[in-house]
Amino acid sequence: MKFVGQSISKIDGMALVTGKPVYTDDIALKNALVVKLLRSPYAFAKIKSIDTSKAEQLDGVECILTYKDVPQARFTLAGQSYPEPSPYDRLILEDIVRYVGDEVAIIAAVDEKTALKAMKLIKVEYEVFEPVLDFEKAIGHTSVVHPEENLSTNFEIGLQKEKNIVASHRFEVGDVDGELAQCDVIVEETYYTQAQAHAMMETYRTFTYLDHMGRLVAISSTQVPFHIRRQLARALQIPASKIRVIKPRIGGGFGAKQTGGGDVFAALVTLKTGKPAKIIYDRQETFSCTTSRHAMRIKVKMGADKEGLIKALELQVLSDTGAYGEHASTVLGCVGEYTLPLYKAKARRITGHAVYTNKMPGGAFRGYGATQGTFAVESAVNKLAEKLGLDPAAVRLRNIVKAGDTLINYPNHPLGSSTLDQCILKGQELIGWKDKYPVRQVAPNKVRALGMAVTMQGSGIANIDTSTAEIRLNDDGNFTLLIGATDMGTGCDTILTQMAAEVLETSMEQIIVNAADTDISPYDPGSYASSTTYVAGMAVVKAAEDLKQQILAQGARYLEVSAQDAELDGNVVKTLKGDKEISLYQIAELSVLGTGRQQLVGHSTYGNEISPPPFVAGFAEVEVDLETGKAELVDYVAVVDCGTVINPSLARVQTEGGIAQGIGMALYEDVRYDQKGRMQTNSFMQYKIPCRKDIGTVRVFFESSFEPTGPFGAKSIGEVVANTPAPAIAHAVYNAVGVRVQSLPITPEKVFMGMQELARL
Amino acid sequence: MLINLSINGKDVRIDVAKDEFLADTLRAQGFLSVKKACDTSCCGLCTIWIDGKPTLSCSVLSIRADGKKLTTIEGLQQEAAEFAEVLTAEGAEQCGFCSPGFTMTVLAMKSELKNPSDDEIVHYLTGNLCRCTGYMGQLRAVKKYLEVLA
Repeated sequence: MKFVGQSISKIDGMALVTGKPVYTDDIALKNALVVKLLRSPYAFAKIKSIDTSKAEQLDGVECILTYKDVPQARFTLAGQSYPEPSPYDRLILEDIVRYVGDEVAIIAAVDEKTALKAMKLIKVEYEVFEPVLDFEKAIGHTSVVHPEENLSTNFEIGLQKEKNIVASHRFEVGDVDGELAQCDVIVEETYYTQAQAHAMMETYRTFTYLDHMGRLVAISSTQVPFHIRRQLARALQIPASKIRVIKPRIGGGFGAKQTGGGDVFAALVTLKTGKPAKIIYDRQETFSCTTSRHAMRIKVKMGADKEGLIKALELQVLSDTGAYGEHASTVLGCVGEYTLPLYKAKARRITGHAVYTNKMPGGAFRGYGATQGTFAVESAVNKLAEKLGLDPAAVRLRNIVKAGDTLINYPNHPLGSSTLDQCILKGQELIGWKDKYPVRQVAPNKVRALGMAVTMQGSGIANIDTSTAEIRLNDDGNFTLLIGATDMGTGCDTILTQMAAEVLETSMEQIIVNAADTDISPYDPGSYASSTTYVAGMAVVKAAEDLKQQILAQGARYLEVSAQDAELDGNVVKTLKGDKEISLYQIAELSVLGTGRQQLVGHSTYGNEISPPPFVAGFAEVEVDLETGKAELVDYVAVVDCGTVINPSLARVQTEGGIAQGIGMALYEDVRYDQKGRMQTNSFMQYKIPCRKDIGTVRVFFESSFEPTGPFGAKSIGEVVANTPAPAIAHAVYNAVGVRVQSLPITPEKVFMGMQELARL
Repeated sequence: MLINLSINGKDVRIDVAKDEFLADTLRAQGFLSVKKACDTSCCGLCTIWIDGKPTLSCSVLSIRADGKKLTTIEGLQQEAAEFAEVLTAEGAEQCGFCSPGFTMTVLAMKSELKNPSDDEIVHYLTGNLCRCTGYMGQLRAVKKYLEVLA
């Protein structure tokens, strides 16, 4: 193939690297009002009084808005397809504040300095309540985070707000208890995964203005323009037809920008004042007043027979969703959705709750529950293998789901593709399993050990994600590809163009890609849930095929032969006999400008009832310092089955980046609060993300499969790559020093204390 | 306060506040490649050259830059494009938000270090954070870029 499977540079790459002004704040008008937010210093309180009079008198202050000035429709910031599974539990501003950082007042001024000065002049009196800070004590706590009557959900998600339960989940196949009773070996452990910050380099930002029709335009650094439009319509109580959301270039997302940021605040200012406004969250706000990965407690019970055949797998999950229920029920569900199908146990069950606490909300984060679930399940599998005296790779090879097997999620659809077994075998070879497993002493105080984990994710959300693509043949013979998928650095504008170019047998340069603008783009939920390559990709392929047929038919008509007697060959339609031909340019010109009177437009709306899983086998080599307990990653091998690799260099970097985030989660990233619920890790000084020196070597390989339902055989890659590092590194640390760290991150303190504990025994 | 700057070879005299930082001054002057991402002087996105040395412009008071020679990536388009060719071929720019600052450090390293080892490269560039790529692709690109130059 000419384009698919080629490492083509990102079509916007040159502009990005050479510093062209293409991001939200580069585009915002210079005269935009600067919007700042006064935030709550308390984790849980009621505003008794708020006095903005002094602040309003300050020169340069345009408006100050409080809970008295906002529409009273509760909404969710979660960017999800309608009907959103997240509860409508927040107002733009409210007289109750539910975490340190919750918004109290909106300040709009001519510049940042004036806005900040005004903020200091606002006087607020609070009645402070006892906050719910420990998520394990949230259920039945005397404080109820959301007592309000008008909180609502679109459908039943198991909400019991008087108990602080946002969502409840249960899924079961087979007789778990019956199977467990007959197992020879059982592992029963409790695992904790921490809140993790997305830390994308571009913080949240939105620029809003009214256009010539008086419509609200929001240029937003978002992964979900159509969801933001719906969110703004509900929160501001204006029709969606009066709103346009435009996504420019985005400085990273990782799921963060699947949740709304400052859009509602800037939009409200623009509606109230009629003036352009921009809001830019600083790094501290981004760390402490947006969302993080949901922290979880996951109890795993897993049973097998003596030969290592897994019979039963049970998960009990408690998820901390913080002060608002963004993505609460769905992240909870995905803990099981992407772990239970992986092993062919007869009986599998997940039960769980997501609970409200008075901390920053949880949200969507690359992996979306699967990352948390994978740490727990894979750690348990590694322990099971040890109990059985079997090689952990062999246990997996024995039990993993294979192509043709039935996935529990889709009883009527056999698994279309998987090379996970080859991924495991190749990974073992590349990491040097035979020689290095489990552990070697490399220096008097240093040991090196190996660990492993496998994982799956999905490719879009089955029966929900629906993407539309349009491609038209323009008057001068080039194409415009219209999509609503949101390139946030992932390269989807490029890979979707590759697919279209492949089908249309044209060049990358001949295709103008436009995304995303809710006034122009066909609907797409946005780029999340690993959906873009697979779902939007299929829409693009089908739209391109549709256009190709139309070009052929139109060309044949001009050649006065039937379509069956003609073929499209790159830039010409010619008769099969080869006696006549017409160029694409002529077809375009005749159709659009001339006597044809029909501009050709290919179109497709695509969604699927299945979500084919990509797979990764991850192998870690870790060096542990016996004197300090510090674990350092030496080598990481990830072998990936994402179906057909559409663009190898982009897929490789995507994998390396996901692994790096996983390494951070495994070893040091940790969102922490003090006893009053104030976030302690609200800058890069306190919250460490991996720097260039921390990563060791990460090696990525692909074991391609061919997914029959995917575009050119492709599946997803965006999220699955984040899941293996934590369990693989934890496994390696155990093999190094015998300490099982079951609560992430695996800090030197935990390892060292564990070693001390072992020494005492 | 009025200060004199040379920005990308052009002399300008501009009025800045006493507590204004250079990154904000430069953005206000239209040099929008200069990004801010941390507020704590640790991400490297605002990297420019002051008198040829890579510097965090978010942490330099504009008045301290009076009389200095500043270079942003807008003034090094040819060199930046050469590096961008290699970086984008690896796919290692991803979201690109950190790329201009990163590129400014790479270009400074190129003139400062002769035949650097992998460790020296990593050490020199370590102040430039990136959350997308995991750094491996950037290292591949930098090495290729140095090879091409050699």
